[in-house]
Amino acid sequence: MISESGEATRQTSEASSATRARDILKITDLHAFYGESHILHGVNMNVKEGELVTLLGRNGAGRSTTLKAIMNMVGRRSGSIVIGGKETLGMKPHHVPRLGVGYCPEERGIFASLDVHENLLLPPTVSSGGMSLDAIYAMFPNLHERRKSQGTRLSGGEQQMLAMARILRTGARILLLDEITEGLAPVIVQKLGEVLVKLKASGMTIVLVEQNFRFAAPLADRHFVMEHGEIIEEISALELAGRRQHLHSLLGV
Amino acid sequence: MTMIFGVPMAVFMGQLTLGLVNGAFYALLSLGLAVIFGLLKIVNFAHGAQYMLGAFAALLAFNYLGINYWLALVLVPLTVGGLSMLIERFLLRRIAHLDHLYGLLLTFGLALIFEGTLINFFGVSGARYATPEILQGGLNLGFMFLPTYRAWVLVAALAMCLFTWFMIERTRLGAYLRAGTENSQLMQAFGVNVPLLITLTYGFGVGLAAFAGVLAAPLYPVSPTMGSSLLIVVFAVVVIGGMGSILGAILTGLGMGVIEGLTKVYYPEAANTVIFLVMILVLMLRPAGLFGKEA
Ligand SMILES: Nc1ncnc2c1ncn2[C@@H]1O[C@H](COP(=O)(O)OP(=O)(O)OP(=O)(O)O)[C@@H](O)[C@H]1O
Ligand SMILES: [Mg+2]
Repeated sequence: MISESGEATRQTSEASSATRARDILKITDLHAFYGESHILHGVNMNVKEGELVTLLGRNGAGRSTTLKAIMNMVGRRSGSIVIGGKETLGMKPHHVPRLGVGYCPEERGIFASLDVHENLLLPPTVSSGGMSLDAIYAMFPNLHERRKSQGTRLSGGEQQMLAMARILRTGARILLLDEITEGLAPVIVQKLGEVLVKLKASGMTIVLVEQNFRFAAPLADRHFVMEHGEIIEEISALELAGRRQHLHSLLGV
Repeated sequence: MTMIFGVPMAVFMGQLTLGLVNGAFYALLSLGLAVIFGLLKIVNFAHGAQYMLGAFAALLAFNYLGINYWLALVLVPLTVGGLSMLIERFLLRRIAHLDHLYGLLLTFGLALIFEGTLINFFGVSGARYATPEILQGGLNLGFMFLPTYRAWVLVAALAMCLFTWFMIERTRLGAYLRAGTENSQLMQAFGVNVPLLITLTYGFGVGLAAFAGVLAAPLYPVSPTMGSSLLIVVFAVVVIGGMGSILGAILTGLGMGVIEGLTKVYYPEAANTVIFLVMILVLMLRPAGLFGKEA
């Protein structure tokens, strides 16, 4: 285990044959704390470039905390989080996104003191190749119509679109999306599904935290199931059909 | 002679101008306080002392280095603001994770140190700072005599307020500041160097105070204690205006100056307390302040 201030190491145990794409995100024995509460107890997961994986689990399993730990937004961390070959555990919080990581928080985080357009332009560019403003407005026409409105005046669905849209502009190639469908109407959920399909087709790597398994199932390459701050199952899309019952019992649905 | 509510026009206008000039200082100072509070969440108790440092720096720069008023107007805010960034970087940042009360105590302590040190060397009696030549004298507007320097202070202070408003409401850096005020952790997660933003913001807020100090130098005796009494009034102005609105801080500052000035005309005994009476009224009726967002 490497401590927060410890030295960066590369994980080189990746020789296993079938993996063509490299791991763009590799988490090893990640522990995370909020103050004294020990929340993550040794999370291990890997995501390959261009993959869409889900993080499933019951309420309080530690899925949001995993994303926050990747962004260095929790208290103390130990273990290893390698992004694009770089160990990030000793990095300052504002350096992590510059590795090409876009984060969409569970509470959406739309700014009330900024209008929609300003919210959209807010996150700094982290690398070239992000979507243009025109392309984003074409993807989310509602946002264009309401670009002069105060950010928090938007409907829940529109706020979610905005929270997604603003990280597409930055050139991030790894998206961490936390419960983007929560509380949204079916048409909007469907719209978000279409957006994810497009993003995946464009080669983005996506980590999707979801409660809505029916939404996530057809999109994902692999599913990670969390419980009590650990990954307890990994199920690939191919295995899914045969293990649905088992998965449902794990999620308690 | 024209009378307004039983007072000669010239007297009325004179006090109105005086009120506006005081109001301009309130506006500049409360603006800086509000900007600092927004991002750092600390009440900068050193603000009055930093205003005083602005005036003192102008005085010393003139006496010892021959730096004139106009140069001081540019250099002093940069210097005092720049030095205050060191204070933020090496003192305030260390206690940023503690209760914000500690920030208040620390800045209060700094204010006492600044004042005490200067009293030690220069005493409490104020020194005069000469009004620059082209701003001496005044304009006879017919209905009143307008001292040129006061007119200049009003223009310069309002221009600086508008510049600040523009920077915060209309630029990218300002959007960072507004967003950071709401949720600085998310700003970090977008890749914004929030600690640097905080340092710059503190420097900017203090720079505004120092700018006000230079403007004040030719108007009031320059003394180590000139900021402390002013700061109390400015706190009242901030409470009345409420945090969170730039234009609100500017308007409240000017408005309170005018109210104070007019009270001086009609009921001079209350001139020093009227702002605090307004404050109590506002606290009872609208605790978040006139322009503050109700929680
Ligand atoms: N800021 C915090 N301080 C202390 N404990 C926290 C904090 N945030 C979350 N926790 C705790 O950490 C655990 C995991 O929370 P997390 O938000 O990661 O869950 P989750 O899997 O995202 O579930 P959900 O979003 O459905 O609630 C929970 O027990 C929660 O109470
Ligand atoms: Mg969550």
